[in-house]
Amino acid sequence: MAEQIAVEVTRFSPERDKTPSIQSFDVPLRKEWVVLDALNYIKDKVDGSLSFRWSCRMGVCGSCGMMVNGEPKLTCATFLTDYAPGPVRIEPLKNFPVMRDLIVEINDFLGKLSKVKPWIIRQKEKPVTEGEYLQTPEQLDTYKQFSMCINCLLCYAACPVYGLDPMFSGPAALALAQRYNMDSRDEGKEERMDILSQHDGIWGCTFVGECTQVCPKHVDPAGAIQQYKLTATQEWFKSFIMPKGAK
Amino acid sequence: MATYTEYPPKGYRVRMSTYWWLGKWPYLKFTLREISSVFVAWFVIETLLQINALIGGPAAYTEFQDFFRNPLVIALNVISLFFVVFHTFTWFNLAPKAMAVRMGGKRVPNILISGPNYAAWVVVSAVLAWLLLRG
Ligand code: SF4
Ligand code: FES
Repeated sequence: MAEQIAVEVTRFSPERDKTPSIQSFDVPLRKEWVVLDALNYIKDKVDGSLSFRWSCRMGVCGSCGMMVNGEPKLTCATFLTDYAPGPVRIEPLKNFPVMRDLIVEINDFLGKLSKVKPWIIRQKEKPVTEGEYLQTPEQLDTYKQFSMCINCLLCYAACPVYGLDPMFSGPAALALAQRYNMDSRDEGKEERMDILSQHDGIWGCTFVGECTQVCPKHVDPAGAIQQYKLTATQEWFKSFIMPKGAK
Repeated sequence: MATYTEYPPKGYRVRMSTYWWLGKWPYLKFTLREISSVFVAWFVIETLLQINALIGGPAAYTEFQDFFRNPLVIALNVISLFFVVFHTFTWFNLAPKAMAVRMGGKRVPNILISGPNYAAWVVVSAVLAWLLLRG
C-alpha cells in the first residue's frame, strides 16, 4: 500500500456539538498533493459530511484559507509532503467564529471592507463620452502591490490585535483602503480618512507584522498601515498649522 | 436528520489565550519590542535624575553617583541597555516599511532608508563617547 499521512481535522456541528473536536483520517501521501487534495480525498472517499470552502485550487479565489499545523495557509498552495511524516493538523482560520468543521463566518470582515469604501471615488464623474481615466504605469506601480489581495483572510488569522479586539478593522481592509488612496484616479482620501484614522482603524495596529509574513500574495498590509499612519500624522500636523480651510 | 435553520447559530468562538504571545517567536519578539519602551523610559528618567543632581551641587551629585554604583542598579542598567539597543534595531528596521519613498518611478530600496539611520546612530554615539571619555 502507498505511503499514508495522518490528517487531523477539526469537526464541529452547530446542531450537535458544544465545542469542536479533532478527527484523524489516514490519507495517501502523494507528491503532487496539496492539503486541499487531502481534504477532498476525505470528503470523496471517507466522510462526505466534512465541510470546507474552496473553489479555484490555484491561489486566486482566496476561499481555502485554514490553519495548517497552527499557521494560516492557503490549503490549495500548501504541499502535503512538506508535513511528512505527519500528523498534520487542519483547523478553521483563527480569530473567526466557526460555523461547521473548517468553515468560518467572515461577515465581520465583509462589513469592515465595505466601510473603508474600497472603490474609486470621484468628486464629479466625467461623462463616458470623455473616455477613461488615464493612468501611467508608474502611477499603477504605487498601489499595485496592495491590489493583489484575494481576501483570503490569512492576515486576520495571524493578527493578535484582531484576535483580542474584534472591532479592529484589520490588515486586508486597511491595505485595500490604502490601495484606493494611492490610486491616481481616486479622489476619496478625505472621506476614507475619517473612517481610517479612528482608533479601530490604523491606530489599532501595533505593528506585529505577522500579516505581511503570512500573506500569500505579498500584499504587505503591515507596510500599508504604517505608511498610512505617516500620512495621517502629516495631515494632523497640517490641520494645526492651517486650522481653517485644510481638510 | 439535519434540518435547515433559517437563522444559523452564531458559530463557535475560540477565545484567545492570555499567553498567546508565548507560543510563537514573532509574537514574543513583538512583545519584547513593546516592553522595551519601559526601559527606554527608565533611561529618560535616569537622565532627568542626573540633571537634577547636577543642579543640586557636588554633594547631590556624589549621592547620585553612589546610587548608581549599587550592583542592582548596574544590573538594571545592563538589562535596559540591551532593551534599548534591541528597540533601536527594530525601530530602524521598521522605518523603511512606513516610508515608501519613490525615486525615478521605483521604490527606494530598504537599505537606503535604514542605512542613514544606522550611520547617524553610530556617528552620534561616537561623538558622545569622545565627549564623555576623553577626560
Ligand atoms: S492581505 Fe494578503 S493575507 Fe490578507 S486577505 Fe489579502 S491576500 Fe489574504
Ligand atoms: S481554492 Fe482558491 S485560493 Fe485556494
